[in-house]
Amino acid sequence: MTERDQQPVDPALLRGLTQRRLSRRDVFKYAGAGAGALSLSSILAACSSGGTSSSSGTQAIDWNAKPNGIVHFANWPLYIDKEKNAQGQIVHPSLEQFTKDTNIKVDYREVIQANESYFGQIQPQLAAGDSIGEDIIVITNGQILTRLMQLKYLVPLPKDKRPNFDQYGGPAIKNPAYDPGNQYTMAWQSGITGIAWDPAQVAQLRPSNPTITSINDLWDPAFKGKVGMFGDTADLPNTGLLAIGVKPEESTPDDWQKAADHLTAQKPLVRQYYEQNYINALSNGDTAVTMGWSGDIFQTNLGNPTQLKFTVPPEGALIWTDNMCIPIGVQNPVDAIMMMDYVYKPEIQAMIEDYNNYICPVPAAQAIIADPKGINDPTVANSPLVFPTASMVKNLHTYRVLTDAETTQWNDIFQPVYQS
Amino acid sequence: MSTSGVPSVDEIVKSGIPVFGGEPVRRKPNRRKKAVPYGLASSGVLWLLVFFVLPSFYMLYVSLSSGLLGTQQFTWQWSNYTSQITEFQSQLIRSLYYATVVTALTLVVAYPLAYWIAFYGGRRKNTYLLLLLLPFFVSFIIRTVEWSFILADNGFVLGTLKNWGLLPKSFKVLSTATAVIAGMAYNFLPFTALPVYVALERIDPKLLEAGKDLYANPATVFRKVIWPLSLPGVFAAFLLTFVPAVGDYVNSALLGGLHTTMIGQIIQSRYLNLDYPRGAALSFLLMAVLLIGGIAYAKALGTEDVLETAAR
Repeated sequence: MTERDQQPVDPALLRGLTQRRLSRRDVFKYAGAGAGALSLSSILAACSSGGTSSSSGTQAIDWNAKPNGIVHFANWPLYIDKEKNAQGQIVHPSLEQFTKDTNIKVDYREVIQANESYFGQIQPQLAAGDSIGEDIIVITNGQILTRLMQLKYLVPLPKDKRPNFDQYGGPAIKNPAYDPGNQYTMAWQSGITGIAWDPAQVAQLRPSNPTITSINDLWDPAFKGKVGMFGDTADLPNTGLLAIGVKPEESTPDDWQKAADHLTAQKPLVRQYYEQNYINALSNGDTAVTMGWSGDIFQTNLGNPTQLKFTVPPEGALIWTDNMCIPIGVQNPVDAIMMMDYVYKPEIQAMIEDYNNYICPVPAAQAIIADPKGINDPTVANSPLVFPTASMVKNLHTYRVLTDAETTQWNDIFQPVYQS
Repeated sequence: MSTSGVPSVDEIVKSGIPVFGGEPVRRKPNRRKKAVPYGLASSGVLWLLVFFVLPSFYMLYVSLSSGLLGTQQFTWQWSNYTSQITEFQSQLIRSLYYATVVTALTLVVAYPLAYWIAFYGGRRKNTYLLLLLLPFFVSFIIRTVEWSFILADNGFVLGTLKNWGLLPKSFKVLSTATAVIAGMAYNFLPFTALPVYVALERIDPKLLEAGKDLYANPATVFRKVIWPLSLPGVFAAFLLTFVPAVGDYVNSALLGGLHTTMIGQIIQSRYLNLDYPRGAALSFLLMAVLLIGGIAYAKALGTEDVLETAAR
């Protein structure tokens, strides 16, 4: 790890890396909470279809056909460039450019709030082989995406129809462990799960070494009662694996148990296993060191005198990716693959990236964002968290990909860590 | 016809000859009259069928399946129940314990409150009720999150007290069972206060006067007249507070800490991880525990028709 990576990163560079998660996930997580678990579960049960895995039969798609002139694109909120046009309407310049270039209209809808609940919504139609009305959906790598692939709910992508992806797609997002050869997915944007910390409290609790540089700092008794961890089955277990020196992608059930034991041993130090609220806990001083998403830290620093810090530890950090994919029952497949490939054009990606500031899937967009005659936004262009260095990319790991049986085993091992 | 020439009662009835004169009894309107209550109840029954009975059966079906959403198969998986009982018994007991404390707390706070409004509210009763409900016009999540700001370790309240040296530096309220119970008690207060108020408000003041006339002191009037008459309200308050409190999964997630996980959180994470069968099994278990508990409570109160009274 270079020295630069360990330095506290300029908060401006952290902008947006994961900020959308705050708005996206909590809304649905607690929606209808007042109804209580009883009614919630019966509603959920009523909505789900318990049928067995049924692929709808292979849909024959002619990828050489003419485009239909429309594409339905379901994405997460606040995830694409936007501006007001002369009439005062909010428009997406990158999509307008696409329509101009290809004559294909984009029906862009910000309808995905959480992977789990979205899967719950579309699963019955997919199981029945019906169209869900979308041509492109965006799903984070993890248990849900793996399930969509395993159940054959996604359409294999034509590899000869994505020249921009082949030419400009970055090494961090090509050929990922969860989808070898990008058979079903193409990255939209990525983000990092690392360590967030409050410099004032860290200096007070550990004066001898007032900076957080290692994943093991989360296990330092100096921070007893002031450590925050995530209560989930993706970031927490995979961070545990990194802490015991195992690459999550290559981990075995033995490693999982060891990681769970390591996480359990950490418990006396942990204040709480947080969901979205970890960021409040850090900014309120309830925790000093916590697992975190870098974008949240930037947002907090905006309106807060305490300057929180974010570290990508040398033991490795987790990169997660939101992926564009085509669901079965697709109505406009040719338009969809054209759209998916189009955002890999560096000049288009530069427009999207300068708004989003996540990890950019197209390294060549960097020069365009930096260009004084172009977008001219050097803060974003020079951020290692938007355009990670080669050494950083080597240090970023993806979540362990789990089969059906493994998922249950994994959850049974790790859920007791944070649910006691 | 019988031998005596006089028709027997049976024969008269069979022949359709009017016994008491006038026209024969017409059965049609009678039948319609009988159908009226069923007709009126039908919308409720239909509601219950569609939104409770059917989902419950479906939940039972799912709870006996195995696999994850999408690959679920019905396999008579009774182990879903047995394994969940052993694995999460402590969280279930904790939830019941928290809910009991919460219900007791809210009753202690809400009863005097409702009593005062009902008997001393005068013309402003409705204003006071509105005041009671006013904070609850703000979303329940936001109010709970606000508590995590107010009670933060170095927040306004604790930070100030710590600076004055009144509390040790390491003192905390958040991430404790106390915070979870207090949060729930706060959130469920109106659900307890309103039914008690309704019961108290219905008491005829003449009954209190009668009690006084019979030389009962105020305490005895309360014990012998007011309290028994308010019991249906107390029971309704118990149902409306205790049952959702057991299943609550928000207060613990936002205000709780290491060992405050409640059964609702477990169920929620089961569903989020697509483990619908075991989530359904746990939900069913919880429902069974609450139903059995509720019925036992009604019996213990000695008023078998207390549910009916409460619903009045």
